[in-house]
Parts: sequence; structure tokens; C-alpha cells
Amino acid sequence: MTGRRIGLVAWHVFKESVRDRVLYGIGGFSVLLVAVSLAIGQITAGQDVKIIKDFGLATIELAAAVMTIFIGIGLVSKEIEKRTVYALLAKPLPRWEFVVGKYLGLLLTITVNVWAMGLALFAVLAVLLFISPENIRMSWTAPAVDPRLLLVLLLITAEMALLTAVALFFSTFSSSALVSVVFTIGVFIAGLVSTDLRHFSDIVVVSPAIGKTVSAIGWMLPAFSEFDIKSQVVHGLPVAGGFIALTLLYAAAYTCALVGAAVGVFSRREFK
Amino acid sequence: MATVVSTDRLTKDFKTGFLRPRTHRGLDELTFEIPAGGVFGLLGPNGAGKSTTLKLLLNLLTPTSGRAELFGFPPGDLNARRRLGFLPENPSFYEYLTAEELLTYFSGLCGQSADDARRRSSALLDLVSLGADRRRPMRQFSKGMIQRVGIAQSLINDPELVVLDEPMSGLDPIGRREVRELILKLRDQGRTVVFSSHVLSDAELLCSNVGILARGRLLASGALSELTARGKRGCEVVASAVQDELATRIHGRGLRATRIGDGRYSFELDGGQPPEPLIAELAAAGASLVSVLPLKTTLEEAFVELVRTGSEAAVKS
Repeated sequence: MTGRRIGLVAWHVFKESVRDRVLYGIGGFSVLLVAVSLAIGQITAGQDVKIIKDFGLATIELAAAVMTIFIGIGLVSKEIEKRTVYALLAKPLPRWEFVVGKYLGLLLTITVNVWAMGLALFAVLAVLLFISPENIRMSWTAPAVDPRLLLVLLLITAEMALLTAVALFFSTFSSSALVSVVFTIGVFIAGLVSTDLRHFSDIVVVSPAIGKTVSAIGWMLPAFSEFDIKSQVVHGLPVAGGFIALTLLYAAAYTCALVGAAVGVFSRREFK
Repeated sequence: MATVVSTDRLTKDFKTGFLRPRTHRGLDELTFEIPAGGVFGLLGPNGAGKSTTLKLLLNLLTPTSGRAELFGFPPGDLNARRRLGFLPENPSFYEYLTAEELLTYFSGLCGQSADDARRRSSALLDLVSLGADRRRPMRQFSKGMIQRVGIAQSLINDPELVVLDEPMSGLDPIGRREVRELILKLRDQGRTVVFSSHVLSDAELLCSNVGILARGRLLASGALSELTARGKRGCEVVASAVQDELATRIHGRGLRATRIGDGRYSFELDGGQPPEPLIAELAAAGASLVSVLPLKTTLEEAFVELVRTGSEAAVKS
């Protein structure tokens, strides 16, 4: 019964997202950008496939992050603000199931979008493969339709799973959508530079206390930079299987901790 | 008679202010019981603590002290929630869903099968006169239609206890009448209906029992008939073709005589005075008897008196 209720909540988050025109706007824009990369590739002889992959993957990641943040921050706070949560929580639905269902619903939405955009990128690359002469193909460092791109999409999905958990946490914590968006974007940007923050004291000569504090913050923040294997894959460089597995494990552990914290906050929340 | 809802010294404090936080007592040691069956009205002026009470019963708020039970379970217990339906004040639902989809969704959360969900949703939307609009997105609904959807969703799990927070809010006179009829229908089906309102005429028409709140305190609770019987007793005799001198004479004996129209007077007798001698005296003087009605306090009179004295007591304490 628990699984069914969580599934129902998740399905309704997905349904709401699918019916939201903003999502189509972001999705359409990103597909357009992937297509535009084809045109850009045409004017840069020999580098076209790299540019298309770079541009396409960056667009997918950016579009997914925008979707995650702007849908995620309203995931719970919008329910409270619009008072839809009152009737829902009077049903035999434990609060933790509501939070987990909300999380899984947005994760489903983002996953579908990431992989749909990935499919569009593969289609563009297949067209490029079809129209490129043999001598151009020979100059590519990695095949156009490279199966390793799937690994990039997998890590973007894992990164978004973690970002969804961050957005959900702030959504349960704060009543204001503005505060949620500021915190979520702040954590996301800081997470993108978390590797630099961890080694802050090695790079910048400051007092040991400040260096250690910044390093500690760097270790505590979700390390979004670790999910970026775009350049290795685009340039045909190897990516260790162990690194992928550890990164996925890290995402799963951090996500569980954040969703658990969100459940804890929401379970104590009062609805005045 | 079994008790559906009981509270024991239920208290809720709210903290207000950020820099200089202050405590505001929203509900003060509320102790009452709601028997199974019938319609219970939780009445009080705005800010009396009605919604706070209902939210505490639904686990949307946590009490500062005291306890509440529904069917013998704490408010957050799923066993209690499976047996109740709730309409929030000024409800709002997902605009992207149709009324039918919302009810099917909620039905699924209550553990009903897909077939049952469809059947029950359809029947409930017909019940609240929204059968023709079941496939319209709710963003196109008026406030009154949303209120009806809210009532329908509160009944989706066939609840024994239906809690309605200001159910008449936002409805036109026809809508109010339909909701009143629906509440009576639910009562006739053996359900317990608890509703909050500050519209006393609705409460007087519907309630078997009431609780009157003001400033977070319960001023009175019990059968409506007992509450309205606390004040005036006696009866009112109305007669026509009464000569003014006769009316003046009767008035002079301590009976309150009020001229209604030309030769038409009403006479008020206290509880201890039987009406028969007055009726005989009027008949002997050639007057015609129009009506004899028992005098009782209206709910509005009882309410105003309770709230006024309650406020005075609060000021003194």
C-alpha cells in the first residue's frame, strides 16, 4: 500500500510537469540548441562532432538544472502556499510518503527530459555521421554516435537526482519560493566549485582557520563538479568504471540523506 | 452513544514576531466530546479558534499541550484518517487536474481500486451537481464549483466522520441550500458531520449539537435545544380585534403587550404563567386568537450573550 501511495503522488508530480507549458518551453529550447550546434559544427571544419557533443551535453545539463531548480523549489512549498496540501494530508497518506513521492515524481520528470534531450543529441550526431565524408570521420577522436555518451547522460541524471533532493529539502524548509530558489542555486553553484573549495588552503595563502573552514564547507557541499565527464568522453579519453560506480554511490548516499532530512523537516511542519 | 471526537485540555500557542517573539494562545484548554451521528456545529466569531481546533483534530497542527482523539486514535493515526473526510476552509486543488482526476487520485490514496475509484468519483460528482463538468480542468472552475469539488473529495473514502471547515463559504444562496441538504443527507446516512461556521442561521437549521468558541475558549457545548432553552421560557399569545383599553389593562398587570397592527397585539407570558386565563379573557372581550407560540432563545441570542459574557470574563481575568 505504501508503494502504491508513493507511486500515485509521484505520478501526479509527473502529470503536473507534463501539463506545465514552462517545461515544454525549456525542453523545446534545449532541442533547438542541440540542433543549432549542428549548424555551428558546419562552420568549424574537423571540430564539428566535438562542438556538437560539447554544446549538446552542456545544453542538456543546463536545461535539466533549470527544470530541476524551478520545478523542485515549488515541489512542496507550492502545495503549502496554494493550500492544496490540506486536503491531501487529511487522507491516509503519511507525510514521509508524500515527500518521497514528490521527490520520485520530479526525478521521473527530469530523467525523461534528460534522456529525451539525449535522444535528440544522438539523432543530430547520427545525421552528422551520415552526411560526413570518410576523410572527416577519420579525423574524429571518438565515434560520432559514441555509446559512452550514455555514461554522460547517466551521470547528468545522477547529478540532477542530487540537485532535486537539494531543491526538495529547501522546499520543505522554507515557505518562500524566493528563499528556496536562492539557496538551491547557491548550493548548486558552490557544489560546482566544491573541488576547488576543498583545496582552497593549498591555492590561496590565508589564515589556517579560514582555509580549514572553507575546505570543510567544500567537503560538506554536494560535489556537483564530480559528475562532469563530458570533456573526457567528447575527447575520447578513458573514464574509469570504478569512478562512475563511486560517483553513483555518492549521489545515492547524499540524496538519501537529503530526502531523509526533508522528511524530518516536513513531518514536524505545522500548517497554520 | 459512542464518542467520535474527544479533546482533553487541548491547547495551542502560536509564536508571532521574529525579533521579539510573542506567544499568542489560539486555543485554551479545550475539552469537549462529539457523539456519533448527528451534526455538530463549531461556532464562533472570526479568530475564535474554530479552524485551529479542526487542524489539531486533523494533525495539521501539533498541540502545545492536551490531547485529542478521533475514534479513540490520535489525530495522526492512519486508522483515524481512513474513517474521516475533510473539507478545508477556502479549498484549493490542482488546477491542471480535472475534477474526476482529482477524485480518482484521492480515491487511490485511500486504497480504493481503479474501478471503485471511477465509480465513486462519478457518483460523488453527480451528488454535488458537477457531473457535466467532470472532465473540465479545475482552473476553469468558479469558487463555488471548487467548494463542491472539496465536498466531493471529503466523501471519497465513504467516511464515518465528515469535517467541514466553513462549508458555505463562497456559495450563492442556491449553493448554500444544496450544501445544507447534503449535510442533512449525510446525517441521515448515519454519518457524523462536524462543521465550523460563524453563520448562525445555518447552524440553527442543521445542528443537533454545538460548541461555541470565543478567543480560543469553549464557552458552551451541548445539544442545541438545551442551549436555546437556557434563556427565555413561556409563550407568546397573538390576538386580533383587541381593544386598546384591554391591552393597556393587561399590560398594567405585568404582561408585556406589544401592538403589532390595528387591533392586533402580542402578549408575552413568563414560563410560570399558563396562557389559558389570558386566552379566556381576550375571548370574553371579543378578541380573536391568532396564535400561541412557545418562547425560546434563538441561537443568535444565546451566541451573542455567551460571547459577550465570555469576553467580559476574559477581560476581568
